[in-house]
Amino acid sequence: MAAEGSGIDPMHQFLVEPMFGHKLMMHGYDISFTNSSLFMFVTAAVLWLFMLGGMQRKLVPGRWQAAVEGMTGFISNMMQTNVGPEGKKFVPYIFSLFMFLLFANLIGLFPLGIVPGVHPFTVTSHISLTAILAFFSFGIVLVVGFWRHGLHFFSLFVPHGTPLPIAIFVTPIELMSFLVRPFSLGLRLFVAMTAGHILLDVFASFVVQGLNAGPGIGWVVSFFSFLMIVGVSALELLVAAIQAYVFALLTSLYLNDAVNLH
Amino acid sequence: MDVTSAKMIGAGLAAIGVGMAALGVGNVFGSFLQGALRNPGAADGQQGRLFIGFAAAELLGLIAFVVAILILFVVK
Repeated sequence: MAAEGSGIDPMHQFLVEPMFGHKLMMHGYDISFTNSSLFMFVTAAVLWLFMLGGMQRKLVPGRWQAAVEGMTGFISNMMQTNVGPEGKKFVPYIFSLFMFLLFANLIGLFPLGIVPGVHPFTVTSHISLTAILAFFSFGIVLVVGFWRHGLHFFSLFVPHGTPLPIAIFVTPIELMSFLVRPFSLGLRLFVAMTAGHILLDVFASFVVQGLNAGPGIGWVVSFFSFLMIVGVSALELLVAAIQAYVFALLTSLYLNDAVNLH
Repeated sequence: MDVTSAKMIGAGLAAIGVGMAALGVGNVFGSFLQGALRNPGAADGQQGRLFIGFAAAELLGLIAFVVAILILFVVK
């Protein structure tokens, strides 16, 4: 619709399609095995292999074990700084979250499209996945907060030492900013990945259209668009890692609120 | 002006917000670097806060992008 007539459809790559060509319906619900499900399985399998290769428990770690230990050490260190000694309990959850998102982002960027018939798909470019993970995090924060502090958890919304006239205004704002957390958490990752993939797709179609335009200005456009793809791909690798880190970091900060109440 | 043209202009205006967020993100990293070069010893301990500031600044630009996409593809 937006790119009518130009032949570019950068949104097509986000289409969720059933694999093997036909839908599977059950009681009126579509439960087909889609390309999204396939890439979630691929992500989980790659992550499983990565962890399996690294969990050797050797006294002197090899390269692979050092890589895995670097990752676990990074996350447990982050929890130690942000939540304190209580944070050790949540390291498995944050670690799974971070590694899954990191691998999903990177596999989405993997140039699988050069193999004929294979269509790469980024599972994190759909809010259905990121929002579920964000609601998991938010649910854990609520459960931990009410479990540990009971109704005293609501004191989170009144900053310590606020005078009453100001607290009347501050409390609704704090409440709103607390309630909007899962949405902003899921939206950030989903939009960052979607925007990056649209950008890559647009420049890639510039390359093809420039080459089709024949020698001259078209090839110049193609050349510079190709340079842009290389640059943007490097940026996207950075964004993939940063967004996974930011998701894990913000979840750990929200857990800190639930565990330590400011 | 017909509705399609108005939508295109609206989406373009919404995209300004993405550039504004770029100013914010640049400011976050620039200020961090200024502080970090003055006291490199304390820089590593503040990386978490750096990324919190980055996330907060970036989110608003991403919301501007969502608004542009919604105007283009969803609003009838």
